[in-house]
Amino acid sequence: MNVNLHLWLIPLLPFAGFLLNGILGSRLPKWLVTTIALLTPLVSFGVVLNAARFVFGIGGAASSLPYIETCPIPWINAGTLHIDFSFVLDQLSLVMLLVVTGVGFLIHIYSVGYMAHEEGYARYFAYLNLFLFFMTVLVLAGNALLMFVGWEGVGLASYLLIGFYFSKDSAAKAGKKAFIVNRIGDFGFLIGIFLLLANFGTLTFSEIASKLVASPAWQGGVLTTIALCLLLGATGKSAQLPLYIWLPDAMEGPTPVSALIHAATMVTAGVYMIARTHVLFDHAPFALGVVAVVGAATALFAATIGLVQNDIKRVLAYSTISQLGYMFLGCGVAAYSAAIFHLVTHAFFKALLFLAAGSVIHAIGGEQDLRKMGGLRKHLPVTFWTMTAAVFTIAGFPPLAAFFSKDAILYEAFLHGTFGMALWFVGLVTALLTSFYMFRLWYMTFMGESRSPQIHPHESPWSMLGPLVILALLSIGGGWIGIERFAAFLSPAVGPRAAESTIPNLELMLSAAAVAVALLGWYVADRLYRQKPGQAAELAEALPVGYKTLAHKYYVDEIYDATVVKPLFGFSKYVLGVVVDVVLLGGLAWLLGGIAMFSGAILQRWQSGNLRSYAAWLAAGAAALLLFVLVPWNSVWPASVDFIWKVARH
Amino acid sequence: MNNFLSQGVPISWFLLLSAALFSLGVLGFLIKRNLITVFMSIELMLNAVNLSFVTFAHEWHAVKGQIFVFFVMMVAAAEAAVGLAIIIAVFRARATLAVDRIDLMKL
Repeated sequence: MNVNLHLWLIPLLPFAGFLLNGILGSRLPKWLVTTIALLTPLVSFGVVLNAARFVFGIGGAASSLPYIETCPIPWINAGTLHIDFSFVLDQLSLVMLLVVTGVGFLIHIYSVGYMAHEEGYARYFAYLNLFLFFMTVLVLAGNALLMFVGWEGVGLASYLLIGFYFSKDSAAKAGKKAFIVNRIGDFGFLIGIFLLLANFGTLTFSEIASKLVASPAWQGGVLTTIALCLLLGATGKSAQLPLYIWLPDAMEGPTPVSALIHAATMVTAGVYMIARTHVLFDHAPFALGVVAVVGAATALFAATIGLVQNDIKRVLAYSTISQLGYMFLGCGVAAYSAAIFHLVTHAFFKALLFLAAGSVIHAIGGEQDLRKMGGLRKHLPVTFWTMTAAVFTIAGFPPLAAFFSKDAILYEAFLHGTFGMALWFVGLVTALLTSFYMFRLWYMTFMGESRSPQIHPHESPWSMLGPLVILALLSIGGGWIGIERFAAFLSPAVGPRAAESTIPNLELMLSAAAVAVALLGWYVADRLYRQKPGQAAELAEALPVGYKTLAHKYYVDEIYDATVVKPLFGFSKYVLGVVVDVVLLGGLAWLLGGIAMFSGAILQRWQSGNLRSYAAWLAAGAAALLLFVLVPWNSVWPASVDFIWKVARH
Repeated sequence: MNNFLSQGVPISWFLLLSAALFSLGVLGFLIKRNLITVFMSIELMLNAVNLSFVTFAHEWHAVKGQIFVFFVMMVAAAEAAVGLAIIIAVFRARATLAVDRIDLMKL
């Protein structure tokens, strides 16, 4: 069936929005900026919906996926290497596209209300559209190099948006930190791409996959190396151990940016990349094990830090890292469909959490400290109820979305042998901690009495509340599709779901355990923050070492500072700065300058200003030239005279 | 070349004459102190070149060389007009035409 889906429109429309608003935005009226900024992602979303209609066969025959669209102009054509701009639509990229453009559009709407009174309104939307452009390129890319373009591009957009308030020192620093830490991951991704090229001779995902499927005995070895390199890239982008440190600082950006880029879409790119190259990871069991361990460790690690944070956005940032850890855990036990399922539900509820937090911050005039909130339930009813939906979702209560997706991951981890059971246990503890810190946030924000009576909160405009309500509905109902149907849909792209358990009712038992720990977390939070509000502080005093370690985020920033940043600075300052810059380069410059000055001092005597001396030199030069041309220097003098005569006589 | 040799003068003589005139011009330019003499030396060099132009034009039956001569004459005429005007101006200002004294551009 020959249907043209115009996939190229999906990225290029936001790019057009970026160009228009980026170049002309400051001169256009505000309503026009808003229209451009909202219309381009909306039309992109429409194109995606059209593609989805086509995939599901509504109003026509269902298509055979993957559907590939290739730019007729090749990108790189060098020897045996051919790389095209090719966009691939399969089940996996369709799901991602729906999330990216759908949630992205909602956050665009929200931003209209949130950013209404900010400086740089057009610049903000230009960056946001730029982000959507690169993100959709990343998702649609049919080969690793094009994906890398999107990968770098979202990093750029992230940097620009984290440092949006660039006059604030901390924001500028956070942007730089995010960019530099991501470079470390990108280095791994790039090495992985080179290794893929060296070993497969192609970067197209489908060709790599078919080559791997054709040789099932090819396991480990260089594949493990490639997979680990790709994993390094994924840990950078998706904020996993050991490169997670940029994400908490990235909260310096405007809150809708945190929702879109640092919660719902960009940070899940690592998970998407692993799912996209899952055939490679399936052939490298060791790397897969590393993915699972990294995921589980990050989930637990970030959740413990999240327990004691007092900045509402930082709690959510650590929660994002922790939830991304779940997704990595899912990928690591080869439950890619479960990981993508959690990715989707996470996009809903985490975007909702951030947007609701943004609504709270907006309502109380920019305050982000949980200790200064409280009692906001009465003032912000819509925000409160949508936030409640999100909190109950992330805590994992049935029948909300995350219950299904988180359980799917934990269940598949449990089936993964003894190693898997250990991972499952870590996941379960993380679920307990997640439930606790989310209810802590909920109580501190909305319940009790206001701790800052001088603030008069006001509910946000409907441009902000509308997306909240839609996302709340999605957070509640997003999981009802069920992992079985979701996995069956995705299976052509990411492989079938792992085998079912032989133990009867195991899934039910595991779900019951998950709900039990969620309830336990709620109970502890209720006790510490509602019934006896002073008890949390007493507990912190009783365990000074533990509390301080958590409050200082395990001193990871300090450790990195001492082991990586300081030595690098020292190396730059003393070795590169003094030896290379001053001695070598500076010395070379002085040497060259000295030669020029010295020879100039000699040659300037020549420039006597005496016209006749110039003329004499000119005549001498002409005579020398004439001599040089006419005299054959290898002959003796009389022969040359003879030669002149010959020339003349001729 | 035979047709030119009907008068028995070989082409090399013309060229040698041209070279001699040019060398005289250069020499005059270099050693004379009077500005007008220097100027005349320049004219001499130009005409030496004209002579070789004409020689080669006739030798190779190429009219281009002759056209060049007209160009050179025209430029020489214009140069003579401007040059003499400058010389008069210099004489009025400095009351001398000795080249060695006219050295205001010297560092």
